Amino acid sequence: MSTAKSLIGTKNKMGQTIVDIEDFFNDKLPKEQHFMTGSEIVKEAIKRASVDMSISYPITPQSEAAALVGELWVEGYVKGYFRGEHEFAVMSQCAGAAFGGARVFTTTSGPGTLRAYENFPMWSGSRLPIMLCLMVRGINTPLSIQPDTIEMGMLLDTGMLMWHAENAQELFDYLLMGYIVAEQPDIHLPIAVACDGFFVSHTKEMVEMVSKDYCIPPYDPYRAPVPVMDMETAPMRIMRDPFVMKSNYISYMTHASWQLEIRGAIERSRKYTKRLMGGSLIEVENGDADIIICSSGTAISQGREAIRLMKAKGMDVGLVKIKTIRPFPDDEVRKALENAKLIVVPELNISGWMAKEIKSCIDRNDRVLVGPHVAGGMTMPPEVLMEEIEKEIALRKVA
Amino acid sequence: MRRRINFRMSGLGGQGVVTSAHVLATAAAKENKYAISNPFFGAEKRMAPSESYCRIGDEPIYDRGELVYPDVIMIFHPHVITLNKSYTMPFYSGIKEGGIVIINSTIELLSDEHKEELEKKNVRHMNVAATNIAKEVAGTELASNMAMLGALLGITDIVTLESMDLAIQDRFGKKYVASGGTATLDEAIKKKFAKKEQLLKKNLETVQVAYKVGKEWASTLKELVLA
Repeated sequence: MSTAKSLIGTKNKMGQTIVDIEDFFNDKLPKEQHFMTGSEIVKEAIKRASVDMSISYPITPQSEAAALVGELWVEGYVKGYFRGEHEFAVMSQCAGAAFGGARVFTTTSGPGTLRAYENFPMWSGSRLPIMLCLMVRGINTPLSIQPDTIEMGMLLDTGMLMWHAENAQELFDYLLMGYIVAEQPDIHLPIAVACDGFFVSHTKEMVEMVSKDYCIPPYDPYRAPVPVMDMETAPMRIMRDPFVMKSNYISYMTHASWQLEIRGAIERSRKYTKRLMGGSLIEVENGDADIIICSSGTAISQGREAIRLMKAKGMDVGLVKIKTIRPFPDDEVRKALENAKLIVVPELNISGWMAKEIKSCIDRNDRVLVGPHVAGGMTMPPEVLMEEIEKEIALRKVA
Repeated sequence: MRRRINFRMSGLGGQGVVTSAHVLATAAAKENKYAISNPFFGAEKRMAPSESYCRIGDEPIYDRGELVYPDVIMIFHPHVITLNKSYTMPFYSGIKEGGIVIINSTIELLSDEHKEELEKKNVRHMNVAATNIAKEVAGTELASNMAMLGALLGITDIVTLESMDLAIQDRFGKKYVASGGTATLDEAIKKKFAKKEQLLKKNLETVQVAYKVGKEWASTLKELVLA
């Protein structure tokens, strides 16, 4: 994969050997197992990610991860770190650091995400490959601090890449892969790596990783498609010298064409992401079954348990997991769901944005059961998921 | 023993309920069992309801989040029962057939109605004076969670005392970054002991004393635990 090749094999000032991203996920390097929480896993990933700058503002459930990255700054693995005034300031400060050519890491959750919202389309419009680790939580009101994926639905059209980690292992992997994909010269977009707050961030589980003696290549700002911190040169000149001050017509044209280009960049990211994610943006298990559970994140984990319960009852149910939300794996999902008679889309939010995404890319979309949903942080017991599926089978007379 | 055992721990903020689930899961992971643990709380403050969950099994565990159908319920504080300081009411809701309830109390807290409901599901309950054991052995009530874990091991043998020792060393033997509340309590407990080794030793001793209490109670049961 395209990175600063000349540095591979050399050591950084922390004594870590710089290796190709692919070597993190093949069997070339020795692996370690750690039983850790998702927050601790963020620290381990960032330790190996050659990050220059990290800025965050505390909000549950993300605070621990941000504090642990602060430790990396004390240890010397991250070059700059501070706590901003609030999330809007933080995301603007992240932009500043990225404009200056730094590899940037930040984290937030729920209400924090919305407070910072204006910055996300600004990041993608400015082609800043910032990594945002989203530990999703419910959005007020009423207050909830528990996991709810509604903020992901609100970020679908910000022009950012967005991936959804199911567990701590994927969180570790995606944080490292994410930088490399987002920084490709023909992509160069911000990326949100989301995981479900508490159910991943605060959950202890076993994760396999390459030793901290290795790290991914640092960001090379001179490979960016837009000049670093150069407000005088097009296209970044649009920031200092907006076209809207000159001619409305030119302003429309530049906005539309530039936004189209951002969408094009999201599309182009597929090939890099597929290569790192083992060939596909989805995971299929028992894809020939008539009934398929299709979703992302921990809703899929609950689906796996429900499938186990149903199997014990003699029911045949398959699973399609969606790993990337932007770009959405339309073709793969359409193909995987081609022969399904009932498509169940469990979600941890009230809006059902995932079901809408799936419905919009398959034919005969009345096959989709929009739900079951839990919201505001409620858990989705596999027993409940199974009950809902049984009810729907009886109603639709499937199988 | 069941292939998967779900533990739900309910108590009050500051009692080490979250720590207990993490320590138990870590001990199971050290035995190469599949394990997963996570906390559940609202605004982080002492005396507010706090819950944690641990799942241990012999096949990969995907299920996570709030535990609705536990095999074992551990009640760390009488208020969970008497004042309904709990996320799940009544405290035994969802308990599986033949489950176990362990309560930190010196007196019987269950009403006749509670007992009747538990009896219907063939659930056994045990009162253990965990706070008293902690005070006597470790000299601090902050070790009540260790006594609860000890009693649990005595009853179920879900992990060995050796693995529990390793897990406690993992949690308290090295620098541990957590939220502000947890960090404050970590500091408080460290101040109680002159040396870190002493803290680890006292914690383990508390587990061992409560272990015997749990074993004794389990020996009075007619049927196998969690069969």
